[in-house]
Amino acid sequence: MSISPAWYLSLSVVLFCIGAFGVLVRRNVLIMFMCVELMLNASNLAFVAFARQLHDIGGQVLVFFVLVVAAAEVVVGLGIVVAIFRRRASTNADDLHLMKG
Amino acid sequence: MLHVTYLIILLPLVGFGILLASGRKLGDPAAGVVGTCAVGASFLVSVGVYLALLQVNAPVRSYSQNLWTWIPVDRLQVHAALYVDPLSMTMVLFITGISTLIHLYSIGYMKGDKDYPKFFLYMNLFVASMLILVLGSNLLVTFVGWEGVGTCSYWLVSFWFTRDSAASAGKKAFVYNRIGDVGFLLAIFLVYDKVHSLDYQYVFAHVDRIGSANVTAICLLLLVGVMGKSAQIPLFPWLADAMEGPTPVSALIHAATMVTAGVYLLCRVNPLLHASPDAALTIAIIGAATAFVAATIACAQQDIKKVLAYSTVSQLGYMFLAIGCGAYTAAIFLMVAHAFFKGLLFLGAGSVIHGLHDEQDLKRMGNLRAYLPITFITFAIGWLCIAAVPPLSGFWAKGDILDNTWAAHPALWFVGIITAALTAYYMSRLTGLAFFGSDRWSESGADGHELDAAHAHHADGAVSEPHESPWIMTVPLWILAFFAAIAGVMAISGSNFSLANWVDPVFGSNLFHDNLSSSALWILAIVDAVVAIVFVLIGLRLWSQRSDRPALEGAFLRGAWYINELYDAVFGRPSERLAAYCADVIEPKVIDGAVNGVAGAFRGSGTLLRKTQTGYVRNYVLGITFGTVVVLGFMLTRMWWG
Repeated sequence: MSISPAWYLSLSVVLFCIGAFGVLVRRNVLIMFMCVELMLNASNLAFVAFARQLHDIGGQVLVFFVLVVAAAEVVVGLGIVVAIFRRRASTNADDLHLMKG
Repeated sequence: MLHVTYLIILLPLVGFGILLASGRKLGDPAAGVVGTCAVGASFLVSVGVYLALLQVNAPVRSYSQNLWTWIPVDRLQVHAALYVDPLSMTMVLFITGISTLIHLYSIGYMKGDKDYPKFFLYMNLFVASMLILVLGSNLLVTFVGWEGVGTCSYWLVSFWFTRDSAASAGKKAFVYNRIGDVGFLLAIFLVYDKVHSLDYQYVFAHVDRIGSANVTAICLLLLVGVMGKSAQIPLFPWLADAMEGPTPVSALIHAATMVTAGVYLLCRVNPLLHASPDAALTIAIIGAATAFVAATIACAQQDIKKVLAYSTVSQLGYMFLAIGCGAYTAAIFLMVAHAFFKGLLFLGAGSVIHGLHDEQDLKRMGNLRAYLPITFITFAIGWLCIAAVPPLSGFWAKGDILDNTWAAHPALWFVGIITAALTAYYMSRLTGLAFFGSDRWSESGADGHELDAAHAHHADGAVSEPHESPWIMTVPLWILAFFAAIAGVMAISGSNFSLANWVDPVFGSNLFHDNLSSSALWILAIVDAVVAIVFVLIGLRLWSQRSDRPALEGAFLRGAWYINELYDAVFGRPSERLAAYCADVIEPKVIDGAVNGVAGAFRGSGTLLRKTQTGYVRNYVLGITFGTVVVLGFMLTRMWWG
């Protein structure tokens, strides 16, 4: 039996909204980071679902790109988080408002 | 020999260059010797060119030398070219000759001045500019010399610039000349617009293309230019103030360079003047008016140099009168004779001033003939020349002009003869006050008035007996006196010296011929001579014993017809008020308002915008999300209703 692509897409939307909501409301940098990953993977899911439905391998290829970029981003992002934590002993995003105009 | 014409200009320029590079090292008197030699060499070359020009066999002896193409732009082709003909040659000869003598004299006069080399540097550049002016073969080259002369006169008049009066006199000379330059420039533009060339010969050959109204316009614009340079009404007051410069500069400006430039230019453009009788009449009237007004002012001046300055203005008025009548040769005759005797008079006055330790006030002189014998004899020759006493040069030159005026405009002749009487009178007054009477310089005490203090370059404080100047200053006096006395031979027609034979071909049919009968000429000559002699005697009688006759020195004349005050009231003060208005109202309100307003607007908008930069990541994320939602919403609505 096959599951209709609408379910996959619905799951993707739900995951994306959870991620976006998390980024908006949480203060912890690590949680915000995880929420960003959630949003990326929600879009990955949507890509794969469309690739399957439209019989277009391009969607799946794009997912690999997103995964690679996400991996690189995690490396850099976590590096920054660790560096900030070393200086401030805090992972609260609101403590980092030096760029206030 | 003609092909070395360019050397005439180059040599003073080389002198200028040497003095510019190493004037301070050369010092006193080597710098003066270098400057004098440069101009002297230029004079020798001029004589050579003159002799070569005599060999040219043509109706109009001329030679043009194209040095290089200066401005090659489409139809505007201006060549740095020189043009030698009897007119420019006459100018070159007396410019270089008299300048050499004045340079020689300056070696003595400027001795001990702290800016000694700089003086000769300016003088050489001055002479070079004047030579460019007269040798230029088109209007633009002439204009280069014209501006050079104006600039050098500014530097030299304000040579002792630490004195306020000298600095402002220099500025005044410059500003008056600039006013004239505007006229000259506009004339050049108009000529180019009509003929598409600036070359004199080409323009003169195509006068008919210009149209009579435009010819008159060009002539009148040129007249504005020469008014400034040659100190005619209404632009003459600067020349009297220019007396603030060292005396050799005054001699150079009045005798050889600068003021004769205007007369030369008008003679040069004689075909244009011939084509515009209205402009010529204007020139004649302005000349006569200037001659008369300046002569009346000269009657009441106390400063020896001011009297001479106004007499120059008056003599230039005569030259303009002659040009206006079409008697160019007569104008040049007076210009040459005037160069000799006015150079002589100024150098003589310089010798007097030098001998009296910078005393210029006629009322503080007196009986100097006993102390300065050489200066007295030579000065007396200059005095009798300018007073037009026969048989000296002034008589012939002025007589020539008056004859032509009588034939052309009898009304102006009366102005001319009255001016001649005034000239004889005020020059005799000057001579009487300075060289006759009692030793008033000894009464004035050693209080060291302001001029002494300012002329610190050779003021030694105490009033000692006047002393005769050194030989280096008297030799030029003798030479000039000799030429001033005998320059009348140029009036003898048919001789080798005849000025008419030499320059008349340049003017050709444009020259006015008085066609007076010989009896009329005799009567006019006798009238001139009687007027001159009578007024010389009157002047001497009135002023050689007494130095104080207030009735003859009205405040109106002493104040030079209040021309300066008039200009001050009409132009000076309104301009000052306008400037003050600009400074107090327009500048702070309009200009500062605009600049500060723009700055304020950006500052305000920046203050508002910076509120959005909170520094909190969540705010930025919210912005991004909100923006995305808006964009998506927009696209969806387009999809559904598009």
